[in-house]
Amino acid sequence: MSGLLDKRLIFVTGKGGVGKSTVAIALGMLAARSGLRTIVVELAAQDRVHRALADDSGAAFVEHELAPGLFTISVDPQHAMDEYLRIKVGPVGHVLGSSKLFQAFAMATPGMRELLTIGKVWELAQLQRKTRGAAPYDLVVVDAPASGHGVGILRTPRTFAEIARVGPIAHQGRAIAATIADSQFTALVAVATAEETPVNETLTLRDALASDGLSLHNVIVNAVYPSRFDPDEVAQLREAADDAGSPLARAAIRAALSECARAENQHRQLARLAAGLGERPVELPFVFAEQLGSAELERLADRLQAGLAGDDREAQVSPPPATRAT
Amino acid sequence: MSVANLLEGKRICVCGGSGGVGKTTTSAAIALGMAAQGAKVAVVTIDPAKRLANALGLEELENEPRLVAPERLRSGGLDVRGELWAMMLDPKRTFDELIERLAPDRGSAEEILANRVYRELSTAVAGSQEFTAVSKLYELDKEYDFDLLVLDTPPSRNALDFLDAPGRLTSFLEGRMLKTFVRPTGFGMRILGRGSGVLAAGLQRVTGVDLLADLSTFFRLLGGMTEDFRVRAAEVETMLTASTTAFVLITSAQSEPIDEAIWFRRTLRESGLPCAGVIVNRVHHDILGSGKRPVPFPRGDVVAALQAGLSDQLAARVAENFHDYHVLARRDEQNIARLADDGDGQPLMLVPHFDDDVHDVEGLLRVHRYLFASEAERERMIAEVVA
Repeated sequence: MSGLLDKRLIFVTGKGGVGKSTVAIALGMLAARSGLRTIVVELAAQDRVHRALADDSGAAFVEHELAPGLFTISVDPQHAMDEYLRIKVGPVGHVLGSSKLFQAFAMATPGMRELLTIGKVWELAQLQRKTRGAAPYDLVVVDAPASGHGVGILRTPRTFAEIARVGPIAHQGRAIAATIADSQFTALVAVATAEETPVNETLTLRDALASDGLSLHNVIVNAVYPSRFDPDEVAQLREAADDAGSPLARAAIRAALSECARAENQHRQLARLAAGLGERPVELPFVFAEQLGSAELERLADRLQAGLAGDDREAQVSPPPATRAT
Repeated sequence: MSVANLLEGKRICVCGGSGGVGKTTTSAAIALGMAAQGAKVAVVTIDPAKRLANALGLEELENEPRLVAPERLRSGGLDVRGELWAMMLDPKRTFDELIERLAPDRGSAEEILANRVYRELSTAVAGSQEFTAVSKLYELDKEYDFDLLVLDTPPSRNALDFLDAPGRLTSFLEGRMLKTFVRPTGFGMRILGRGSGVLAAGLQRVTGVDLLADLSTFFRLLGGMTEDFRVRAAEVETMLTASTTAFVLITSAQSEPIDEAIWFRRTLRESGLPCAGVIVNRVHHDILGSGKRPVPFPRGDVVAALQAGLSDQLAARVAENFHDYHVLARRDEQNIARLADDGDGQPLMLVPHFDDDVHDVEGLLRVHRYLFASEAERERMIAEVVA
C-alpha cells in the first residue's frame, strides 16, 4: 500500500475554520523535509501560506520558493485563464485574453472559474509542465475550498466534459477527471476538528465523494486537546475548587476543569468520527501559542509524520488501514 | 450596546463572516432573542448542524419558514412573547421556483429546468447558494409579514462572495455579452466587425461547439426573462442597501477570522453597506480578570498557591494548563484589539468560549444571554465565568 506522500497530488479539504490551510502547509513542510520538491497551492487569493510563514516577498500568483524544496502559489482564475490561453490557443489566445468581451464571457460561464483553477492545479502536477521552462514537482498539495465547494471543484472537470462533449475543454476536462479519479496519483484528505458540525461534515463529505467513486485517503483531526488529567484527578480538582484558598488557585483549578470538559467533549466527537469512518483518524494537537509561526508548523509536521506513519503513541493512533479501493 | 439596540427599527439582519465562526448558531440566537422581545422573526439558515436543526424542529427541508413550537423554547426557560420561525434554504429548489415564476409558460420553464447549462448553474456552481439566499430573502420580505428576517449567509471561504455573487450571476443571466456570440447575425456581431470572427473562432476552439449550442439554447429560453431578472436584481439591491437592513459581522477570536472580519468590514463600507455591529465568538477571557493585558503568572506562584490542596505533581500540571490558558487569553485579546482599532470605536459584542458545542435550545439561550445583555450585564456575566 502506498502512503500519502507517495502521491503526486493531494487535495486538503474540510469545513471552514478547522485549520485546513495549517494542515496543508504542515503537510507541504513534511514532504519537503523528506526530499520531495513540493508546492502548496492556495485556491483563493487570501495568501495564508505566505502569512503563516512570515514571508511577504514575491507575487502570489507565481511559483515562489519559501524554503528549500517548498514552493507556494496562489491560483486565481483570471491568471489561470491568461496562461491557459497563451499555451492552448497560441497567437489567438493573446487576442482573446485582451478582449474584455471574451473575459466577461469566460468568467461568467458557470463553472468556468472552477475549471480554470483546477486546470492550473493539474498543470502543476504534470511531469511535463506546460509552462515554459518550469521544473516538475514531486508533490502538489492543494489547500482546497471548504467541503461543499471542495467537492464541487473536484466534480467540475467531469461536468464540463459532459456538457462540452467535444473540443479542447471536453478533452481537458476528461483528462483532469481521470487524474482525480486515479488513486495512485491523487489523494483526498479531509481536515476536521473534534466538534459536532465538522464531524458531521466529514462524514457527509466521505459519502458525497463515494457517490462520485472517490474516497478519502486520510482524515486529520486538528486542534485536539491533550488529556491532561485522569478521572481521579478531576475528582480531586472538583473538591479542591470548592475550598481553594486564593483567587489564583481557584482560577487555575477552574481553567483545569474547563480544559477537562473540553477534552471530554472532543473525546466523544472523536469516538463518533472514528465509528463513522470505521478507523481512527490522524490527530494533531491543539497549539497553545499566540501565533502560529514556522516553529509551531514544524512541530505539527513532526506530529503529522508520526500520525501518518501510525506510530503516534501519544495520540494512540492506530495504523491507518488501506482506504483505497485498489 | 446589545443586539436589541442594534436591530431597533430593522427589518432585515444579514449575518456575515468566514466559515466555522458560529454563524448559524449566532443567527439563531439573534432571531430567538428578538422573538423573545415580542417580534415575529424568521431565521433563514443554509446548512445547520443536524442537532440544532432538530432542536428547532427543522427535520425536513421545506424551503418555507415554519413556526418553532413555543414549547421547545419554553423548555429552555425563555418566555417568548413573539414568534420564532425558521427555515432551511434549499438552493436548487429556490432557483427552480424562481425560473417557474419568471418563465412565460410551463413549457419554457420545463425546457430551462432540463437544460444542462442551467442544471450546472443551479447546483454545482459556487455563487448559486449566495444568489438563492438573497433571492429567498427578497421573497420572504415581500410575501410574509415578518417584523424581522435574519439571514445566516452561506459558508463561503470568501465572505464577500455573498455580496458579489448576485450581481455576477445576474449579469451572466442577462447574457448581454454572450448574445453577441451565440447569435452570429445579431446586431452586436455586426458592430464588432472583423474582430468578432477571431473571437468566435477562438471561443469555439476553447469551449467546444456543443457547449456553445447548449448556451445558445439556454439564452434563447431565458431571453424573455432577462428583463424580469434585471428588475429583480435591482429590487434585491434596494432591499440590501435600505436603512432597515443591518449587516452584522460574526467572527471568532482567532487570528485568521479576525483578519477576514476586518477586511469584510472595510469592503462593506466601500460598498456603501455599513456594518451595524460585530459579534466575537469563542473568546478566552482572562480568567483572573486582571485587566487589559493578560499576563501568564509565573508557574512557581501558581504551584505555590495550589500546593495546599493538591499533590506537587498535580499542582504542576494545573499550573502548566493555566499558563496555556493565559496564552490563549492573550492571543484573543491581541486579535480583538486589532479588530477594535480598525473599527472607529464600533462596539464589539463578545461571547465567551464555552466548554461544549452549542447545538440545542439551551445552548442558544446561553449565547442569547450574552448578545442581549447590556454592556454592564455582559461584564458581570464574564466576571462570573472567570471568577
